Amino acid sequence: MSASNGLVSSGEEPSAPALSVDHLSKRFGGRVAFDDVTFEVGSGEVFGFLGPNGAGKTTTVRALGTLIQPTSGTAMVAGIPLMPENGVEIRQRISVMPESPGLYLRHSVTENLECFAELYEISDPAGRVERALDAVSLIDRAKDVCGALSKGLRQRVALARALLNDPEVLFLDEPTSGLDPVAAREVHDLIDGLRRRGVTIFLTTHRLEEAERLCDRVAILNTTLRTIGRPDELRDRLFTKTLSVRTAEPLPEPDRVFGGLAAVDGWRQDGATGYLLVVSDTNLAAPAAVRALVAAGADVLSIAESHHSLEDVYLKLIDDEAVGR
Amino acid sequence: MTGFSSRRVRAIFVKDLREFRRNRSLTVTMGIFPVLFSVQPLVTVLTFSSSASSALRHEHVLLYMLGIPALAPALVAAYSIVGERQQGTLEPVLATPIRREELLLGKALAALVPSIAVAYLVFGLFLACVELFAAPAVASSLIRLPDLLAQLVFTPLVAGWSIWTAMLISTRASDVRVAQQLAMVASLPSVAVIVLVALNVIPASLATAAVAAAALLLLNRLGLRLVSATFDRERLITGTR
Repeated sequence: MSASNGLVSSGEEPSAPALSVDHLSKRFGGRVAFDDVTFEVGSGEVFGFLGPNGAGKTTTVRALGTLIQPTSGTAMVAGIPLMPENGVEIRQRISVMPESPGLYLRHSVTENLECFAELYEISDPAGRVERALDAVSLIDRAKDVCGALSKGLRQRVALARALLNDPEVLFLDEPTSGLDPVAAREVHDLIDGLRRRGVTIFLTTHRLEEAERLCDRVAILNTTLRTIGRPDELRDRLFTKTLSVRTAEPLPEPDRVFGGLAAVDGWRQDGATGYLLVVSDTNLAAPAAVRALVAAGADVLSIAESHHSLEDVYLKLIDDEAVGR
Repeated sequence: MTGFSSRRVRAIFVKDLREFRRNRSLTVTMGIFPVLFSVQPLVTVLTFSSSASSALRHEHVLLYMLGIPALAPALVAAYSIVGERQQGTLEPVLATPIRREELLLGKALAALVPSIAVAYLVFGLFLACVELFAAPAVASSLIRLPDLLAQLVFTPLVAGWSIWTAMLISTRASDVRVAQQLAMVASLPSVAVIVLVALNVIPASLATAAVAAAALLLLNRLGLRLVSATFDRERLITGTR
């Protein structure tokens, strides 16, 4: 997979990537966590890292966060080569928010954040803690003991903690895991806010609608990298374009109606009064199909381009792989 | 590349002290040893008659109290790494720029400072009770300058060694209770040596004290290096290796 595939282009001189991963692998004894992974993440990009359980997403985050050592391959994290001797320097420039918030539950929100502000050796820790709490709308809960907070609020505290050092790259590992829809939406809004501020975000998630909504590009990992690109690119790459046609009555001779139409490569029945047209260009095929249907005296109920979600892409890739095994 | 940071050491020290103070089960368990090592000897000493005071001259009863720094900090230190790991708080800390030596030193100090404070406080109370309530002859037989100095010097040394041993166990254990039990077992040889000196089986001479102090100083210096060498980020985070 090309490392620079689909990088967001601004039309200006491209800045150095925030993350550059080259043939990175990690094995635990005989077990492969992830293998031969290559990709780049542009500065200011929100990059989604998808995959089933055990695909190696969290291990990749830990390797890039210098928490564990990769077995082979190289990487640049926030412009610094990923090597054990650079661990402290890399960790100063990035932030990792693990799947579990990992808060000190007997400590208050402020006490938790103050400890981490000290660990990052931040000047004016009190001011930075206040700004981080403000960013996640938790100023009014600053004195609360973390053990008394809901799961969603704890996740917000963990996000505030991850923002303390103003990271160049923010790794979010399943940030909405286990949250109810309202709490998940709040976290989405926070991530959206960070994106607008130009923070580079590396987001691992199970939630495909989350990735589709938040990410500029996504990569699908299942030990090896299956694909990478913008969600719409992946859809185009994996699925043929189709038009879905519904009529009031079944067409007596559909082959005569759809055969030979401009930009229509084929068709198949989809229920008693439905037809799926495989097209090369929807802008050409849709008007041609409407004209042909009207000419054939059919009452057209609807004609629409079939939409494939990122979930369809994901399931197709994972299913294809399961069949291939 | 940035160097060793005392600010990060202090951050861990402050955070751990706060955690220990608010963890009731830990403070209660830690409080058992000072009670155990002070009440029983105190009752014995207070019931001694003046005629029994000559027997005390052949023992060093005060040294029994070194059992407090030998055992009390071990419980806290055994909790320090594996406890964070079980709570899921270790990974966020290790994801910051902290070096393992800074983390370990901060945690060791958080176990050492309250242990020394408790040991000296209990020792002071013990001496005050002896002075006030024991028979004068018993008090003068018991309270001797060399034993007082030994208590002052050996309390931090014994506590330090106990802490490094317990932290070594804590970096390798996967359960808090197991770590604490093993740390208790590991502290028993120190307690045995203390008892043997107190009973004068090992003669409590200046030479014995000098050798023991030198050995403990060396062990404490090696302690940080040894625990640091066994501190494996990857194993602590992933549970592998």
